[in-house]
Amino acid sequence: MPPTTTRPPPAVAAKKIPGEEGVWIFILGDICVFAVFFTYYLVQRSKHVDLFDLSQSTLNKNLGAVNTVFLLVSSLLVVLAVRAMRVAERTLAQRLILGAFLCGVAFIIVKVFEYSERIAAHQIPTTNGFYLLYFVLTGLHLFHLIIGLGVLTALFILARKADLSEHQWAFFEGGACFWHMVDLLWLVLFPLIFLVR
Amino acid sequence: MTALLRTPATAVWVVLITATAMSWTLGTQHGTHDHKLASVIILLIAFIKVRLVGMYFMELREAPNVLRGLFEAYCLIVCTLLVTVFLWL
Repeated sequence: MPPTTTRPPPAVAAKKIPGEEGVWIFILGDICVFAVFFTYYLVQRSKHVDLFDLSQSTLNKNLGAVNTVFLLVSSLLVVLAVRAMRVAERTLAQRLILGAFLCGVAFIIVKVFEYSERIAAHQIPTTNGFYLLYFVLTGLHLFHLIIGLGVLTALFILARKADLSEHQWAFFEGGACFWHMVDLLWLVLFPLIFLVR
Repeated sequence: MTALLRTPATAVWVVLITATAMSWTLGTQHGTHDHKLASVIILLIAFIKVRLVGMYFMELREAPNVLRGLFEAYCLIVCTLLVTVFLWL
């Protein structure tokens, strides 16, 4: 039996969960785990303030800011892609998702450059507690971003379909929220690790 | 495309970019500035940005009160916790 096709859910009708409930359990759980990491970072910093401030001064703040802009641009493109899907502008939605994907790839390229700078300066996870947390926290975020690129690929494939089932619409909105979560986590990680001293 | 851009999310995006520039300026200032105050402002800006992403990009302002409330509580509690740990530990 073919899947039931539906029109996109109205953007502003009755209050509704963007995506599926399961996605939100995951998102809320994940950001809570990161909240523990954020707190742990500041607790460790409070024990070794001078070491953390000195080590932080070696980070390239400009690269961190550039990556913030890449993620903010990608998030806006995903917002616009969801809007494009709701008005059945499938080709435009695909282009917007592709743009968001490329921003994600640009983030990875900058990150690899940033990591190589640190490694070349012999500032690696075993150097001290700051670099350990820097690599673990940004690495965990990078892992989420790579999963996010997989999610964007799935959204791109869905945007090519003529009709989406109710379940597929929920996946599309939930996938968009996952990408925004990747952005959201970086919006705390960047200032926390690169700027707060 | 122009019609798609006519959404509060676009205005919010401009605010997010401006806020990022503000944080970057505060965080890269050298000299005898008050780093502690600047850092608290940077943390507050970060969580205002997080809330804006949740409300406007994730569309939580149109979500059921429970979900929106959980997210708003997250922003408030985690921001308060981090500022407290930063200032008093």
